[in-house]
Amino acid sequence: MDWQALGLSFKLSLVTAVILLPVGVLTGRWLAYSAVKAKVLIQALLTLPLVLPPTVLGYYLLLLLGGNSAFGKLLTHIFGQPLVFSFPALVLASLLFNLPFAIQPIQRAFEAIPRDIREAAACCGMSPLTVLRRIELPLAWTGIAVALVMTFAHTLGEFGVVLMVGGNIPGETKTIAIAIYDRVQAFDNDAASVMSAFLLVISLLMIACTYFVSDRLGRSYRS
Amino acid sequence: MIVWVGRTGHSSVDGPKLMSGIQVQFKQSGPIALAVELTCQAGEVLALVGPSGSGKTTILRAIAGLYQPLYGLINCQGEIWQDSSRQIALSAYQRAAGLVFQNYALFPHLTALENVQAALAHLPKALHASRARELLQRVHLDGLADRYPDALSGGQQQRVAMARALAREPKVLLLDEPFSAVDQVTRRRLYRELNELRRSLSMPIILVTHDLDEATLLADRLCILHKGCTLQSGTPLQVTSQPVSARVARLLDQQNLFNAQIIGHDDGQAVTWLNWRGQQLEARYQPDYLPGQKVSWMIDPANVLLHRRRWPSNGDRENPLFGFVAEYMALGPYVSLRIELDQPSGAALTMTLPSHAAQRNALALGERVSLSLLTQGIHLMPYDPPWNGKSESGEHSPNSES
Repeated sequence: MDWQALGLSFKLSLVTAVILLPVGVLTGRWLAYSAVKAKVLIQALLTLPLVLPPTVLGYYLLLLLGGNSAFGKLLTHIFGQPLVFSFPALVLASLLFNLPFAIQPIQRAFEAIPRDIREAAACCGMSPLTVLRRIELPLAWTGIAVALVMTFAHTLGEFGVVLMVGGNIPGETKTIAIAIYDRVQAFDNDAASVMSAFLLVISLLMIACTYFVSDRLGRSYRS
Repeated sequence: MIVWVGRTGHSSVDGPKLMSGIQVQFKQSGPIALAVELTCQAGEVLALVGPSGSGKTTILRAIAGLYQPLYGLINCQGEIWQDSSRQIALSAYQRAAGLVFQNYALFPHLTALENVQAALAHLPKALHASRARELLQRVHLDGLADRYPDALSGGQQQRVAMARALAREPKVLLLDEPFSAVDQVTRRRLYRELNELRRSLSMPIILVTHDLDEATLLADRLCILHKGCTLQSGTPLQVTSQPVSARVARLLDQQNLFNAQIIGHDDGQAVTWLNWRGQQLEARYQPDYLPGQKVSWMIDPANVLLHRRRWPSNGDRENPLFGFVAEYMALGPYVSLRIELDQPSGAALTMTLPSHAAQRNALALGERVSLSLLTQGIHLMPYDPPWNGKSESGEHSPNSES
């Protein structure tokens, strides 16, 4: 069991989930309530990571972050080193790759709030921010919780993007999924099986958790 | 004396004080056509009546601030909520309008008490609980304060919605078909409660309904709407017995609507003579119409009187007509009859009378009857040409003459 790799995976998942939480809430809410014509295109773009092969995303990120592009040169200047094969690169890749997991459950949750309830809140004298705080968030919290857990679980299992953008640097970009791959390549099946089983159980628990949250607790607010 | 703490006081733009009522004007050609003008005084109940699609709910939402017509003017007890000419348009949360939604729109994650409290932001927090309880008591819901909306019946939910709307101390109370989602028995109870409540309320109340009987029962004045236009406003009696046009009469489901021609006026006796397809009728004196002019006319079924078979009276001489019973509908305490007349042929009149009277006069399908049209009950309107081959209510023959 490569505890360093596990720790790195958890760190990556946590950072991704925390950063994507406000992004998911704001974007999900905007998508739920806006009627902009470009909405279809925006939703398609945000859903792309679900169907895109991780290697494609990894490839484009390498191009973007690599020392040859303007953006890459800027980042190198800010961070003092090229971003590829570093933890910040993993975070960036993770943020992009998890957008649909962070946004969609929240968007559905906001969409599920009946329009007349939000209007009734306005008619009660609540300003838009108060409506968000007292009415919308309490009614959408199950979707937000699901988004958080899904983002976390998905990041934990990321492989393709991490491999392309991060490499295999222990302590920096060697996540547990990479570690498993690494051990299998080295014919170390014992280590691989321990880590795989661990990841399986954790992921299963998290998915079960999301179903519990959305099903049992969410039901109380569906009249 | 209630202190409105923390309200954004957008009432700084003064409008003329309108006897503490609300004055509304909306104009828009699309996407929803509107041509509305209405007023409602404090303590008065105004019912917006019309078929579905007539824009009643849109108007209510526009008054509440949930919809913004292109041109609008809303002056509520001196506060200008919307004035397109001055680019003023307050959002819904800035307007003191209490709206009871058709499906109540209670917050499902809050108890009844908390739902009402949600509208009490203008009061100091310490007063919230007690004031909310007071309001729930007022709508006869004490004891149910801690229940969630899904544990309340339709009638109870409606009362919570009402309490919440009143909690805001609104300057106008707006009710969007508030009784349509409950059963008949509950509805009757809620009518009584609304009547009780309004005596203690000092704000204009605007009620939207498609049920004419409900409107007649609850409202002081009706406003008839069709495709976003206000056709007529007046008391229920005025509107039903003196509709301003044949279209209004049809919207009010007036059964006895016909076309005729003016013969002339008798200024001395104050009557107007009509030629109804060969049958001469004596109508209420309405000299605005010229002899020879085509008109539409109507008579409320209540103004069609049956000649008593056993005891004829002098009244029998008023516009006597003869026919037979073509339809007999027993509607509980009264009976609705459709009489096909001998003259003019094919014309049919609807009349109502109490069940006991129908029985006493041995009325049944096919029975011959004679009846009178009360002169004062014949109301004239501008001529409405026939359409779809039907010229008059009660006639479905393709060759109709007016």
